[in-house]
Amino acid sequence: MLSKGLKRKREEEEEEEEEEEKEALAVDTWWLDSDHPAVAQAPPAVASSSLFDLSVLKLHHSLRQSEPDLRHLVLVVNTLRRIQASMVPTAALPPVPSLPAAPGMADSLLASSDAALSASMASLLEDLSHIEGLSQAPQPLAEEGPQGRPIGGAPPSLGSLDLLDPATGCLLDDGLEGLFEDIDTSMYDSELWAPASEGLKPGPEDGSGKEDTPELKETELKDTELDYLMDVLVGTQALERPPGPGR
Amino acid sequence: MYNGAGGGNDIQWCFSQVKGAVDDDVAEADIISTVEFNHSGELLATGDKGGRVVIFQQEQENKIQSHSRGEYNVYSTFQSHEPEFDYLKSLEIEEKINKIRWLPQKNAAQFLLSTNDKTIKLWKISERDKRPEGYNLKEEDGRYRDPTTVTTLRVPVFRPMDLMVEASPRRIFANAHTYHINSISINSDYETYLSADDLRINLWHLEITDRSFNIVDIKPANMEELTEVITAAEFHPNSCNTFVYSSSKGTIRLCDMRASALCDRHSKLFEEPEDPSNRSFFSEIISSISDVKFSHSGRYMMTRDYLSVKIWDLNMENRPVETYQVHEYLRSKLCSLYENDCIFDKFECCWNGSDSVVMTGSYNNFFRMFDRNTKRDITLEASRENNKPRTVLKPRKVCASGKRKKDEISVDSLDFNKKILHTAWHPKENIIAVATTNNLYIFQDKVN
Repeated sequence: MLSKGLKRKREEEEEEEEEEEKEALAVDTWWLDSDHPAVAQAPPAVASSSLFDLSVLKLHHSLRQSEPDLRHLVLVVNTLRRIQASMVPTAALPPVPSLPAAPGMADSLLASSDAALSASMASLLEDLSHIEGLSQAPQPLAEEGPQGRPIGGAPPSLGSLDLLDPATGCLLDDGLEGLFEDIDTSMYDSELWAPASEGLKPGPEDGSGKEDTPELKETELKDTELDYLMDVLVGTQALERPPGPGR
Repeated sequence: MYNGAGGGNDIQWCFSQVKGAVDDDVAEADIISTVEFNHSGELLATGDKGGRVVIFQQEQENKIQSHSRGEYNVYSTFQSHEPEFDYLKSLEIEEKINKIRWLPQKNAAQFLLSTNDKTIKLWKISERDKRPEGYNLKEEDGRYRDPTTVTTLRVPVFRPMDLMVEASPRRIFANAHTYHINSISINSDYETYLSADDLRINLWHLEITDRSFNIVDIKPANMEELTEVITAAEFHPNSCNTFVYSSSKGTIRLCDMRASALCDRHSKLFEEPEDPSNRSFFSEIISSISDVKFSHSGRYMMTRDYLSVKIWDLNMENRPVETYQVHEYLRSKLCSLYENDCIFDKFECCWNGSDSVVMTGSYNNFFRMFDRNTKRDITLEASRENNKPRTVLKPRKVCASGKRKKDEISVDSLDFNKKILHTAWHPKENIIAVATTNNLYIFQDKVN
């Protein structure tokens, strides 16, 4: 069998998880062997549901990464959708004896999974948009030029707002909250920070709109101060070495 | 020797060199992540997961010993990218070199672009073979002389020294990509280049590092609607206004930068309709394009998806003009390959100098070549066993099912950990560079 002992080089914990996956599937993997006579007659529902579980496992694993591989994520999600779509017409399944799962399993699986899947996929992809909100590196304000939309490179000036979507130049309304959600600001507590943190107001949760809310304008300057001071404190500026003479 | 009777013109590939550790235990940092010849073929660059770039130089041909072309020896090694930490996201940024692209040579120095997930750097590689000697105020070891002891003056002169190759970063193009950079491509104007990540493509000027122009953006307003990502992008070799980008759904879009500033609307869309008989849950994954390369002529482009290589005529959008199966025997194993994630492997492909042969990698350290004229193909293996310099490589064959003939290898015996993702072909000669996990193999055609 292909899957036997063929581990790709990965970190240890990933290897452990893979082992678990393999063990979990070991009992049911007879259907993976396309030469197995029973596979041809297996109801799609059983094969689909195992693939479904595997895909959900992959999806969760992918999202647990600190920075998910977007291509991998998108392909797994799309595959999940295909599997789910195929699990819909359960009435057409021929009855097959001697199988570990009952033919009716697909129905109950579908009923529970449909709403659950949509909800889980929605929440998982929403997590992704929070990651997107966190990922806006400090950039100068986008200037509309005649040629396309120039976006910031290295931040040369500190009057920059770090929450601009580089593509459209619009503010991300949930970016504020997302941006500061995970940061433990207790390290940086001082009178400089207090007014800025009080000024923060959470934006809408859906992460879709790019509306400019009035509260954001107030805190603009304070955010840039915050960002600047954070940069200085954690020494990120040291990482970006300015070009030397003659460049 | 290709499948079928060998003709007078068929190439016989010989082992030439192998670079890298002999160890079976692969150090993560040594995993080769990109391979690229420069425009003359004299230099061969590799990038690895540890952020290093190693450049090999072909030694000048010895006119007396003309039975083989010059060997490639290490010319320069430098640390291109270091691991970084994104403090806002509390994430490590990998130093792995995703791509290297050479600039055409304009003066004595060589320039290349190297990129990791987030930052592109322009490196200058220059030689120093002489140094000034005979300063008045400095000793040869650098110590300063007491000016009062100077009684006569002399003019410093250049004296030869051992060749020193220096690599220095001349430009750093940072902070323009939210997602992971998968491609860089230098424009034929030699002034601009593009960089592509999962959702956006940016256009840069080589002299300007503090801004870039966004020319493609496929990020949906609502991330929940995300169903497709950009997988590769390349400028046309001759038309400086034209570039293509491929997607995870198996489409290629050709864009003309003259049409509009934001090239969200393609000029051409290349897509082959799905074969209904081959439909499966994995259809989309295996259609995802992992590499796109224009032919040198600029008339064709080649795409690599999981199971095949396709050649497209830029004038025909609805289907490729040629399709070559790389390892069709894997089609029945897609489920297992999905389970162990091999189905997500991204293979690259390349053209030979005359655009008559294309090459791509596979598993078990096999790589494949397809001759577009004779329609013959060959499978070869990159392995230290049985490979002495100038020995002709033996063609390999995979037995899909049924009785396995002698010298054939069965599908289930293939080692899926040994994958050849990166290959490169010398721009002018029949010299190829093939990267296994941590070794670089160089093969040449047999010179009689």
